[in-house]
Amino acid sequence: MQAREMIIEARQLSKTYTSGGQPLTVLEDIDLVVEPEAFLAIVGPSGSGKTTLLGLLAGLDEPSGGSVTLDGQDLSHLTEDGRARFRAEHVGFVFQTFHLLPTLTALENVLVPLEILGAKRAGGLPIREWAESLLGRVGLRDRMGHYPAQLSGGEQQRVALARAFSNRPKILFADEPTGNLDVDTGGNVVDLMVELNREARTTLVLVTHDTSLAARAQRVVQLHGGRVLSDMGPAA
Amino acid sequence: MNLRFALRLAAREARSTTRRLAVYMLSIVLGVGALVAVHSFRVDVTRSIQQESRRLLGADLRFTSSRPFPDSVMALVDSLSKMPGGEESRVTTLLSMAFAPANGATRLVQVRAVEGAFPLYGQVRSDPADAWSELGRPGRAVVDPAVLIQLEVGTGDTLSVGLARVEIVGTVADVPTDLAFQTAIGPRVFVSASDLQRSGLLSTGSLVRHQLFLRVPGEVDVETFLDERRGLLRAQRVGAVTAQDYAEDLASGLEVLGRFLALVGLGALLLGGVGVASAVHVFVKEKLTAVAVLRCLGAGQAGVFSAYLLQAGGLGLIGSILGVLLGIGVQRMLPVVLADYLPVPVAPFPNLAAILAGLGTGLWVALAFSLDPLMTVRDVTPLHALRREFEPERSRLDPVRLGVWTVLVLSILFLSVWQAPRPMVGLAFAGALAVTLAVLGLVATLLIRASRRFLPGAASYAVRQGFANLFRPRNQTVAVVLALGFGVFVVATVFLVEGSLLQGLSFETGEQRSNLLLFDIQEDQTTGVRDQLIQGGAEGVELTPIVPARIASLKGRRVEELLADSVARGPERWAVRRQYRNTFRGHLADTEEIVRGSWWDEGPSPVSGGERPARISVESELAEDLDVEVGDRIGWDVQGVEIETVVASIRRVDWNRFAPNFFVVFEEGALEEAPRSYVALAHAGTEEQRARVQRDLVRAFPNVSVLDLTLVQETVDVILSRVSRAVRAMAAFSLVAGVLVLIGSLATSRFQRMRESALLRTLGAERTLIVRILLTEYVALGALAATGGLLLAGISSWLLVRFLFDFDFALRAPGLLAIWAGAGVLTLAAGVLNSRGVLGRPPLVVLRDATE
Repeated sequence: MQAREMIIEARQLSKTYTSGGQPLTVLEDIDLVVEPEAFLAIVGPSGSGKTTLLGLLAGLDEPSGGSVTLDGQDLSHLTEDGRARFRAEHVGFVFQTFHLLPTLTALENVLVPLEILGAKRAGGLPIREWAESLLGRVGLRDRMGHYPAQLSGGEQQRVALARAFSNRPKILFADEPTGNLDVDTGGNVVDLMVELNREARTTLVLVTHDTSLAARAQRVVQLHGGRVLSDMGPAA
Repeated sequence: MNLRFALRLAAREARSTTRRLAVYMLSIVLGVGALVAVHSFRVDVTRSIQQESRRLLGADLRFTSSRPFPDSVMALVDSLSKMPGGEESRVTTLLSMAFAPANGATRLVQVRAVEGAFPLYGQVRSDPADAWSELGRPGRAVVDPAVLIQLEVGTGDTLSVGLARVEIVGTVADVPTDLAFQTAIGPRVFVSASDLQRSGLLSTGSLVRHQLFLRVPGEVDVETFLDERRGLLRAQRVGAVTAQDYAEDLASGLEVLGRFLALVGLGALLLGGVGVASAVHVFVKEKLTAVAVLRCLGAGQAGVFSAYLLQAGGLGLIGSILGVLLGIGVQRMLPVVLADYLPVPVAPFPNLAAILAGLGTGLWVALAFSLDPLMTVRDVTPLHALRREFEPERSRLDPVRLGVWTVLVLSILFLSVWQAPRPMVGLAFAGALAVTLAVLGLVATLLIRASRRFLPGAASYAVRQGFANLFRPRNQTVAVVLALGFGVFVVATVFLVEGSLLQGLSFETGEQRSNLLLFDIQEDQTTGVRDQLIQGGAEGVELTPIVPARIASLKGRRVEELLADSVARGPERWAVRRQYRNTFRGHLADTEEIVRGSWWDEGPSPVSGGERPARISVESELAEDLDVEVGDRIGWDVQGVEIETVVASIRRVDWNRFAPNFFVVFEEGALEEAPRSYVALAHAGTEEQRARVQRDLVRAFPNVSVLDLTLVQETVDVILSRVSRAVRAMAAFSLVAGVLVLIGSLATSRFQRMRESALLRTLGAERTLIVRILLTEYVALGALAATGGLLLAGISSWLLVRFLFDFDFALRAPGLLAIWAGAGVLTLAAGVLNSRGVLGRPPLVVLRDATE
């Protein structure tokens, strides 16, 4: 195991906010290593620090203590713009509230990460065709010109999935991806996400309090009060 | 930074941005259009005037004097006109009564005696066409059409001017050398020089102007020729102007006017800028999540910032291009619309400099005003996508923001000074703008605070909710108050200043005020004229002696010496050179007030013992121009006799009140020997009475001129109404710009409003309740913005009237109330227009549309 390079390495990670003049520790002493192509679920009750941990792992915020290394890159050595560039190249996101850009069509939304990178080709295709094929893969080939407001919640999340995979990320972070969807739709979206993850050989880090969704993960990390309560390896 | 990404994102986002911000673009369009039109038109006019300069002057060189030209000047004229290719003509102008023997009608006219081929360049158009050439023969007159109308005579009728009788052979349609307003005192009667001699008016008449027009042979350089002889001309008090100088003078007058108009355009543009800032502010707040998502996806700070800056710039550019097109359109229309007011026909040419300046200014205003609100984009962290409650922190003294504000303030200062006729005017404009906007901004802030604190809990729900809307997040209260308040401010200021000026300038002819002014009454005619006036039913007859004089020496220095000295700073040239009409009397008039020194009967003379010079009292502003104080000596040339005087007092004179006012008053006894004429003021009740008095007077005393002040009042009214029409148009322009920003501000909050009212309706609110809430909000906004604008207008117009125009301030309350109500109605209309979709759609649709 140790011979393999870890895709995510968090060491003694902690985060403290100041709230009403009082320091509020949200995360304390988290050590977490994730191997490539793993499917990890972070679970825990509201306020346990799940989202904060996800944010820190993805480099969306700076930790108060400790370090995060993604794919061999120590994030604390990067500026915010440097971390942005790193995300553009190696990271994908799926959000609870989808966060599609409302002023762009489905296709344009999928193109955004590639355009941020300034890429001309992706997946061996010109970026537009690549984006179209991704939308086809999530079953939305005929809704490409639609705006988010014209799509249902499940459709919006599928566009978000296509967008998340468009830059062929090494790591996909998902924050309650089914939180705003009904059970059936949510199940379909998760099926699709797991399939895509397997095909693209991406590492998937998922935050959820949906136990059935967590059950599909190879590994479940349970947080409570900002600390790791349990870390259960692959069910196998 | 990835510019391609920024450009592409900007282009895609623009699809929705354009619709949202289009109204603001309109105010940029309007402002840029005004700037381009005003500047291009100014250049067109200047160019046309330059091209037509000889035709406008009627000569290459023109001499003007209030006395017949002395021999030394005539020798100079001859040296040019006698050369091959040289030519001269003369026009002598004076005011006199014209009398129609056929029906006894009389009217004060400008008599112009023409000698030689006038004008030397261009042509006088007359009806019939050959009438003008008849003037060479004695006994003929060509007149303004107004003469025929006012005296009820026609072509072929006879006219008496002084002792001469002339036959009207036609009317003038266009005299290229005369500007439109020059006929305001009285219509023109052109006669031959010999008829003027026969009239006998030259010896008794006043306000005579001698003009000599010269065609100069091509080989003579007029400027050099003139420069070598300026000293002589100045000493002889002869004015000289070349066609080139004349054109430049005319053009520079129009240039100043043009630049004032440009400031109005700039005002509209800056108001548009405020609108842009407010819209971008709201726009950015709505985009915070999208920005955070983009950051999560790996977009850099600079990339996202520039994507939104590009959108603002793109809109500014489109607005500016449309503005340029509008400006070019207006530029083409102006020569047609203003044909009557322009001295020359003006051909419009596209002006590249004006177009580029307009484009640049519009784009810059759009960018500079969106910079500050766009700074927020910079502060968004990607975490905002995960945590909605997260608000970006802003440090109070961010150096970048400080830099942005410096850029903004400097840009406004630069643009103002650049567009203004003088740097000081530009600074004053920028300062006034800043004060106005600051006060209105303060009013808006206070309004928000007050509505939050003092709103009675007992008020109905609709009223409370309506007021609460004023301080809801992303409210447009400040922008609306600024825009509407500014519009109301400009309109009300113009309204108040205009009203005060009109009131001050009216002669109140209904009352026992003088409405007849008689002048050129000779010493031996005073008793006769007085009797005649009283017999004719005139009242309040008052005769005042007038002694024409020139200054011969000032504080011991000869005037010739002063005038020839072009280097030293000292008295103003015009004040030294002019012909004075002085009087003498023992009492101080109602319209006068001693500022320094003392009147004759109080206090000692500033000079005692020996041969005492006569005492005089000098008007305060003239004293400044002449640079004299109490105790200084002035020598007067009273028709050849020199009289030494000493300044005993400085007086302030209320020139706005119609009375025989004078620059210089002599003490009694000093001028009794001097040749003099008299002016008389009298009041005659009815129009018929005035006509009879004039007719009888002119029959008995043909040299006496009578001015019917009611006619002058009419002329003044006509001129004022032209001016006020132009000023009102400018004010209306500001109001339109303000209303555009108002509509834009309300449109910006439309989606939020739709969402709120959908929510209220979901919760069971009836449509009437929602209407009442909206009405409360709009009425409160409109009323308070208008109140702020009116208060500011009251203060600024009072200052202008009292200190700039020196008039009494007239508060026109009913009109102000109408403006106030109008502003309320405008806001309400804009609000209703903006809410039209809010009530019509089912709440579910609105809620679904409004999410994200």
